[in-house]
Amino acid sequence: MTRTSRLSYFSLYLLWILFFVITPVALIVYQSFFNLNHQFTLQNYRDYLSSSVYLRMTLNSFIFAFLITLLTLLISYPAAYYLTRLKHRQLWILLIILPTWINLLLKAYAFIGIFSQAGSVNHFLTFIGIGPQQILFTNMSFVLVAAYIQIPFMILPIYNSLVDIDPAIINASHDLGANNVQTLWRVIIPMSANGVRSGVQSVFIPSLSLFMITRLIGGNRVITLGTAIEEHFLTTMNWGMGSTIGVVLIIIMFITMMLTASRRKGGVKR
Amino acid sequence: MTEKHTWIGKLYLAFAFAILYMPIFYLVFYSFNSGKNMSGFKGFTWSHYQTLFADSRLIIIVLQTFLVAILSALIATIVGSLGALGIYQVRRRHTRNLLLSLNNILMVSPDVIIGASFLILFTAMGIALGFGSVLASHIAFSIPIVVLLVLPRLQEMDYAMIDAARDLGANSWQILSRVILPFILPSVFSGYFMAFTYSLDDFAVTFFVTGNGFATLSVEIYSRARQGINLEINALSALMFLFSIILIVGYYLLNQYTQSRRQRRQKDGVYLK
Repeated sequence: MTRTSRLSYFSLYLLWILFFVITPVALIVYQSFFNLNHQFTLQNYRDYLSSSVYLRMTLNSFIFAFLITLLTLLISYPAAYYLTRLKHRQLWILLIILPTWINLLLKAYAFIGIFSQAGSVNHFLTFIGIGPQQILFTNMSFVLVAAYIQIPFMILPIYNSLVDIDPAIINASHDLGANNVQTLWRVIIPMSANGVRSGVQSVFIPSLSLFMITRLIGGNRVITLGTAIEEHFLTTMNWGMGSTIGVVLIIIMFITMMLTASRRKGGVKR
Repeated sequence: MTEKHTWIGKLYLAFAFAILYMPIFYLVFYSFNSGKNMSGFKGFTWSHYQTLFADSRLIIIVLQTFLVAILSALIATIVGSLGALGIYQVRRRHTRNLLLSLNNILMVSPDVIIGASFLILFTAMGIALGFGSVLASHIAFSIPIVVLLVLPRLQEMDYAMIDAARDLGANSWQILSRVILPFILPSVFSGYFMAFTYSLDDFAVTFFVTGNGFATLSVEIYSRARQGINLEINALSALMFLFSIILIVGYYLLNQYTQSRRQRRQKDGVYLK
């Protein structure tokens, strides 16, 4: 194919990269150097780095994302492991994917009912004698709902890496005298590390920015980096500060990606 | 693996699936509740579905959401497939990796960053927020997934086929439309499909760039859910769940169909990798 014809149909895509990939990132960095009066300043960064409110918010956001990722991993790894042992695996995997197609807002909304004062969880707690508790609008409810939403995105990459393991290797491990626990710990888990890495990557980064869950489930008590950005852009209209937090989030994103980078690609987004 | 071990595995999976599906069935179950909220089932009723179908504002929003999804997926599929073709033709490894990294930026960026930066972009370019800005954003964030689905299929293609077509006198357009396109078509369909679901599912990006006059379903659900429980939303979620099941079954059947066709062709000796 000639070079000119290639450029003609490639140009639309290159325009997309220019306008919707490079320009937005450049604009958010640019905007972060402006204050409310549209003057060029480093004040936003100075404010961010000197304010205990912002720093504590970042740390909290980090801890929340860590807890969400950990909980998701603990639930997902055994599930992915047992899924590889089933017949009709394609169908079961489809059933894992299906809930991700239900709108995220609807899933969060369901938990408003489940966790409410008169909801099912409180019915159950009353039934076993603990009595009703305030569950909605607490930190715990935020972590639980966010973990619930992320589970499929953790199961899928782990499942993919587990399925790729040659059964002969596991047989070999047994033949060489390893018991089930040793095989799991020394063979299966190290060999699925890539899946775990990409799962952690696709759960941790969104967990830093799930502002709608913090609003609906966490009340307004849980503030993550995402919530702060949304607040600055859409409520207080301080785009400069919002962009500054955005730049921080992008940096954290890159660090996370470097830490969880794997040699082989196997990630599933969202 | 011992008998006992598989038993534990199945029990654990039953538990995991129960967790995954419980909230969804909970929503659907209470959509038939004649009471006011999601606790204490008072009696069976269709009334929330009737309110839903009489709610012309919501119906218009549903139509708008589908219009955005259909259009954005279509345009993203075209641009993304052409992009994949372009990347496929890039021979220099360095350039190719650069293009792929740029492609993946929107895949890994958190939604708030995409939303906020697009908001700055549209404001800087003087584009009014509304249908146009939402459509443009949905096209933008759907393009990379199309590229990621089409590119591997292109790489599976034997380059000898293109050489053969050229030797036989086909011009560039004929090579594209008669040789390449038929080969990559299944992945182009998957690309469209993924772009469509991305668009339907998106909340955060839309929320940033939607302005006042225009809303998609996610944005509407968010603003209603913030006001508390309204069983009309439950009825809506039941319908959407049904729609998702139909979509996923359709996708599964499409995949099965293309796979079985490929296998049949291989058996009949037609060269197709």
